[in-house]
Amino acid sequence: MAERASRALAFERVLLYAVLLFLALLFLLPVYVMVVNSFKPLDEIRGGDLMSLPGTWTIAPWLSAWSTAQIGVQPTGLRPYFLNSFLLVVPAVAISTLIGALNGYILTQFRFRGAALLFAAMLFSVFIPFQIVLIPMAKTLGVLGLAGTVKGLVFVNVVYGIGFTTLFFRNYYAAFPYELVRSARMDGAGFFGVLLRILLPNSAPIIIVTVIWQFTNIWNEFLFGASFSDFSSYPLTVALNNLVNSSTGVKEYNVHFAGAFIAALPTLVVYLVSGKYFVRGLMAGSVKG
Amino acid sequence: MRAGVLPKLLLSPSVLLVLVCVYGYIMFTLYLSFTSSTLMPTYDWVGGANYHRLFGLENWNVSVRNLLVFALLYIGAAIGLGLGFAILIDQQIRAEGAFRSIFLYPMALSFIVTGTAWKWLLDPGVGLERTMHTLGWNSFAFTWIKHGDMAIYCVVIAAVWQTTGFVMALFLAGLRGVDAEQVNAARVDGARTWQVYLHVIIPQLGPVFVSAVVILAHMAIKSYDLVIALTNGGPGRSTWLPSVFMYQYSFTRNEMSVGAASAVLMLAAIGLVVLPYLVSEMRKAKNG
Repeated sequence: MAERASRALAFERVLLYAVLLFLALLFLLPVYVMVVNSFKPLDEIRGGDLMSLPGTWTIAPWLSAWSTAQIGVQPTGLRPYFLNSFLLVVPAVAISTLIGALNGYILTQFRFRGAALLFAAMLFSVFIPFQIVLIPMAKTLGVLGLAGTVKGLVFVNVVYGIGFTTLFFRNYYAAFPYELVRSARMDGAGFFGVLLRILLPNSAPIIIVTVIWQFTNIWNEFLFGASFSDFSSYPLTVALNNLVNSSTGVKEYNVHFAGAFIAALPTLVVYLVSGKYFVRGLMAGSVKG
Repeated sequence: MRAGVLPKLLLSPSVLLVLVCVYGYIMFTLYLSFTSSTLMPTYDWVGGANYHRLFGLENWNVSVRNLLVFALLYIGAAIGLGLGFAILIDQQIRAEGAFRSIFLYPMALSFIVTGTAWKWLLDPGVGLERTMHTLGWNSFAFTWIKHGDMAIYCVVIAAVWQTTGFVMALFLAGLRGVDAEQVNAARVDGARTWQVYLHVIIPQLGPVFVSAVVILAHMAIKSYDLVIALTNGGPGRSTWLPSVFMYQYSFTRNEMSVGAASAVLMLAAIGLVVLPYLVSEMRKAKNG
């Protein structure tokens, strides 16, 4: 009796792992397909199938995607656009994170009228469909002389990132031990003293969460890039879409896959190195209050 | 501590940016939707004419129907699978971290990247269909992405694949917060594992279901990148969503006021989904 029960239990465990492994393989499939086919000559993809390993390995698709593939009319590859995304992400992440920390500090450690309403307004701004701001923002960037520039994209991504970064820091500082702040004030620490000596040195987790969240979001952003940039300032996502969806010429699947993987690599590496913080950001972004 | 001049001063740029670039722009777009703007904004008042025109446009009606189909299937499948994955992972398995990471990694990728991968995977010429033929299953056919009446389901597949891990993470957090005493009591009474889940655990996950539905519905309404990368709205206009409609009419068809009207309706839809949720969450937070 007991033996039969334990055998049934063992079978259940085997089944459980079989199902999980199958699902895991299914989830890895698209990335497997991207990687494998980015190393195949084109005629092998056309003649064979996407699932098999390359017969002859070649890095030519990677070289083409990086430096010679046609993006629009220019045979530049993705390299200049990779650089654009980099020049966009670094300042946009840094500025929006700093603003978030400052806002979180002010919203939690000081009392003033309308604070709750202000925070609610910022919170809702996280959810709006950005289609509602595209037309006036295009006009604004034009007036500011920032249309079609990476600087313009930095501005846009900072503006619509403030809601998230403020939310992260506000919730973190709201749970910060008040005694620490008060005793620092008793010791004569001013506005910046409290921020720089007490709060920020104890903010490593939330800074990492915010930086990773903003980095992933802005690196992967497409709508603003497609709306507000031109050939010289395309971010990588727009250039990749341009490469894959341009209707002219032969469809170079292997180059598309290499390009897609190049675009995926930075966020994928960040995820692999610090997935824990990425998940925390996701959860913090979804559970409000 | 009461705020002095300095905190208020340092907060004011953010306040100004949010007031102008979020709420000011919303008002501006709302106003444009009542004008006759075409290529550039104009400020003459034409009343509800653009909304009237919008509701008569087959392009808009197709977009709305697609969104309804997409949202229902996407939310249903992502929640069903996400809950299922969370329960599987909750069985004290080995390598839990590895499985979680594998199910969640698509969330770290751009929809343009995953759209590209799925575009060729689902393409009958090079993808899944071709593979089955090579394996000898010659009658296998999977041509959804080429057919107007089926292509929207391809968008659902790719979107569910991308988001299931996130929903799983939401449910896992919920499962870890379930009252252990009730679970043990049910076990002592001889309930089987699936009965415990069905009658004791899942009923306690109500708030997670609400969060998941709200977040997924809001993501569905905003979906844009994935459609562009996967089908570019096609074949024809068969996978247009309101987001695609808005972009097309505002920036390539020179019907800015109609595009603005469609954006207003998208915002209204999101408001209907999100505002009640935010209000109740903030009340909860206030009441501790």
